[in-house]
Amino acid sequence: MKIIIAGEGKMGAALTRHLSLDGDDLTLIDSNPKVLEASEERYDIMIVQGNCASMDILLQAGVKEADLLIAVTGADEINLLCCMTAHNLNPNIHTIARVRNPEYFNQIYKMRNMFALSMMVNPENQAAVEIARLLRYPGFLKRDTFAKGRVEIVELRIDENSKLCNVPLMDMAGIVKCKTLVCAVLRNGAAVAPDGKFVLKAGDRIFVTAAANELTTLLKNLGIITHKVKSVMICGGGGISYYLAKHLESSGVNVQIIDNDRERCDHLAEVLPNACIIHGDATDRHLLEDEGIYDCDALVTMTGLDELNMVVSLYANSCGVPQVITKLGHMDNAGILGDLTLGSVISPKELTSNTIARYVRAMKNHEGAALTVHSIADGQAEAVEFVADETTKHCGEPLKTLKLKKGVLLVCITKGGKTEIPNGDSFFEPGNTVIIVTDHDKRIYQLNEIFE
Amino acid sequence: MNYKMMGKFMGKIIIVEAIFMIPSVLIGLWDRDFTAVGAFLATIGINLAIALLLHFFCKNSKDIFFAKEGMACVGLSWLLMALLGCLPFFFSGAIPNFVDAFFESASGFTTTGASIMPAVEGVSRAVLYWRSFTHWLGGMGVLVFLLAITSVGGRENGFTMHLLRAESPGPSVGKLVPKMRKTASILYLIYVALTVLDFIFLLFGRMDVFEAVCTALGTAGTGGFGVRNDSIAGYSSYIQNVCTVFMLVFGVNFSLYYLILIKQVKNVFKDEELRMYVLMVVGSIALIVWNLKGFYETFGETVKHAAFQVATIVSTTGFASTDFDQWPGFSKAILFFLMITGACAGSTAGGFKCGRALLLFKGMKRSVQQVVHPNKVQVVRLNNHAVDEKVLQGVNAYLAAYVVIFIVSFLLVSLDGFSLITNISAVSACFNNIGPGFEAVGPTCNFAGFGIFSKLILILDMIAGRLEIFPILVLFSGATWRHR
Repeated sequence: MKIIIAGEGKMGAALTRHLSLDGDDLTLIDSNPKVLEASEERYDIMIVQGNCASMDILLQAGVKEADLLIAVTGADEINLLCCMTAHNLNPNIHTIARVRNPEYFNQIYKMRNMFALSMMVNPENQAAVEIARLLRYPGFLKRDTFAKGRVEIVELRIDENSKLCNVPLMDMAGIVKCKTLVCAVLRNGAAVAPDGKFVLKAGDRIFVTAAANELTTLLKNLGIITHKVKSVMICGGGGISYYLAKHLESSGVNVQIIDNDRERCDHLAEVLPNACIIHGDATDRHLLEDEGIYDCDALVTMTGLDELNMVVSLYANSCGVPQVITKLGHMDNAGILGDLTLGSVISPKELTSNTIARYVRAMKNHEGAALTVHSIADGQAEAVEFVADETTKHCGEPLKTLKLKKGVLLVCITKGGKTEIPNGDSFFEPGNTVIIVTDHDKRIYQLNEIFE
Repeated sequence: MNYKMMGKFMGKIIIVEAIFMIPSVLIGLWDRDFTAVGAFLATIGINLAIALLLHFFCKNSKDIFFAKEGMACVGLSWLLMALLGCLPFFFSGAIPNFVDAFFESASGFTTTGASIMPAVEGVSRAVLYWRSFTHWLGGMGVLVFLLAITSVGGRENGFTMHLLRAESPGPSVGKLVPKMRKTASILYLIYVALTVLDFIFLLFGRMDVFEAVCTALGTAGTGGFGVRNDSIAGYSSYIQNVCTVFMLVFGVNFSLYYLILIKQVKNVFKDEELRMYVLMVVGSIALIVWNLKGFYETFGETVKHAAFQVATIVSTTGFASTDFDQWPGFSKAILFFLMITGACAGSTAGGFKCGRALLLFKGMKRSVQQVVHPNKVQVVRLNNHAVDEKVLQGVNAYLAAYVVIFIVSFLLVSLDGFSLITNISAVSACFNNIGPGFEAVGPTCNFAGFGIFSKLILILDMIAGRLEIFPILVLFSGATWRHR
């Protein structure tokens, strides 16, 4: 498929990596030749330098033959103009624009029609939604939802005091007293596909498949006491903080936002009348203590600097804040962060590039396309949800007789309202939802591809 | 340095070379020329053995590559390829001296066409075919071929860009389509199609099939090895004119043919480099025709010879239809000028390239204006796009490297005691990948008279010229090999 990406910033780079690995024909447009060249030397792509909203440049990038345009420059207006121009030049093109200014937030549905967009993405709002979801179930580092919310893959960190520490996986069912399946373990930055004899160690991060209604049981039996989050401290008052505060306010959570820019604080105070806006330096220990870091239920670091976020999160952890969420803009080095207790790590650009990648896959196969795709284990594995239909092979055969490709794991089957964590005797039938986990090297686009 | 990855690449290149020797074996079998068959089979065996060794040692390479590896890899591959490509000449006894054989092979791969063979008629056809085929393979580049047929590297394989940049001529190299493999395939498809077209046109002139194949291969690579002692001179006017046209055609940037394919003909005619190339060719022909008044019997013949010589020199092919060494001084001066400029970037031709000359000239113009208006902010434009400062610097550096190598080679070759003109034109003919020069290396003579040392210098010049200097300079730079 021919795809044009306009704007090679953080978001664009994440998309380039994602889509070029999928084997699509990519053309990048950016006004900065330096970043273009760096991308060209890393990925098999073509580059065009210039303003992506100008017809000349779009034609040069081959907009007439392209199937999809993704506009992710820093400016919303350019993104919209770019998509509109492209749509004029080629009425068949699909367009995706990033629009993140909160002032446009209420009108995005109208704008979609006005600018003939196929999709609008707002990474900041998406990240905020994701964080709000995590705060609803404190204890999990990450939650990915499948089968319309009935199944989740959750991430847990094992530390020395955990009940699962030094326990082989086959004994896990006895401890958690509900049906779960560990589909991947991150140990020292590398993803491992575990079997029953695999013994969990402190520092491991495990990815557990479970029915959504059993998550509470899972948490309770693991001894992770959860109570509803009532007050959240947010360091940094950027776009995500705004959206997050909005979401949290609507569910009655007290929000404190600390930012060191006076004007930004004034603005936030104006648009978030119920939040407590504090003008100050989030790295200042006294300020944090003064504002009640010991009493808050969760701390979210949302400044623009990754290193600052990490330092504050580490400090919050040492203060015993029950839940810490850290935003990282650059996930490339996520491997080395495994040992740090940063709590949940959120990367807005990864979230959004997953969303877009899912859209691209759906464009490619109209039938049998994945319903949901989530990358887990720091992007080293992928969880994909399919619906089995009449064309699916091996329907009704027990799993123990099937030969799946190496590195492919079938982690869940939902039949109607019933969720089943499969064992050797399980089988699936047309109409069932099947969730699989694969190595990131293998891309699965159709359910039938999982069979040997 | 990622030596293992480089080894892996070279192993693949050697295998490609071995595969391309198979037609020669078949020709040898057809002719019942078993010396040649043995020579080629032995070379194929050696190639495979080295490839196997490289494969064995470089199995577990990391799939990542940077600019310096790309450069060094291309430089080394070409040296190795020329070295192995000379073995059939040596083994078959066509060229008894090893350095001579190496010279011939390097001259072939770099599409120079400078020969040390005094007479080619009577030499085994299998060897002659291989000699012409090296032009064809060297013209577009063997790494580009490799990129077209295999997908190399792992998931993040944008580093193949370094290979394309190092092997393709021109001041700034870009892709035609997003996928490297597709870009390389398109280039080779255009190349093959044009070569076949040339071959068909030659057949219409009642040329012998084998000779037509070799001539088409030599023209396509803008090489210049002929299969007759008098090169192209003995053929009919029609064949000579076909050669003239196709030599010029292969001197044009291949991405322009791609633009024609995707129906953007308008942009082709707007291309400044092409305009300069056409203007230069037409102007040179006109000036030479004027200068040659009365030299040939008819006006038509004058034009034909003038056009052929201009085409053969500007496209750096090196065929000859007449002994232009006998021409008056002004005509020879024009030819010498054309030797250095060469044809368009992104073609199979050698030389300094019109595009570079154009940028150099524009840069110079800017500097002159800077003297008049010291504070004027100016941008150099090519085809109505601003040219990146880095590209301009690259062109200036290229000129400096070009002049330095030219002078050093000239001094070293002069030790052999030939005349000044011979030495200058010999270095120019090799460095610009042309073939014939003037006087003792003129179109009717050859390079056999030079000593071993001079031949080695000229071999390096040829390869440096074909790869546009920097890959070879990188090979000889300490910073490349030092561990940091």
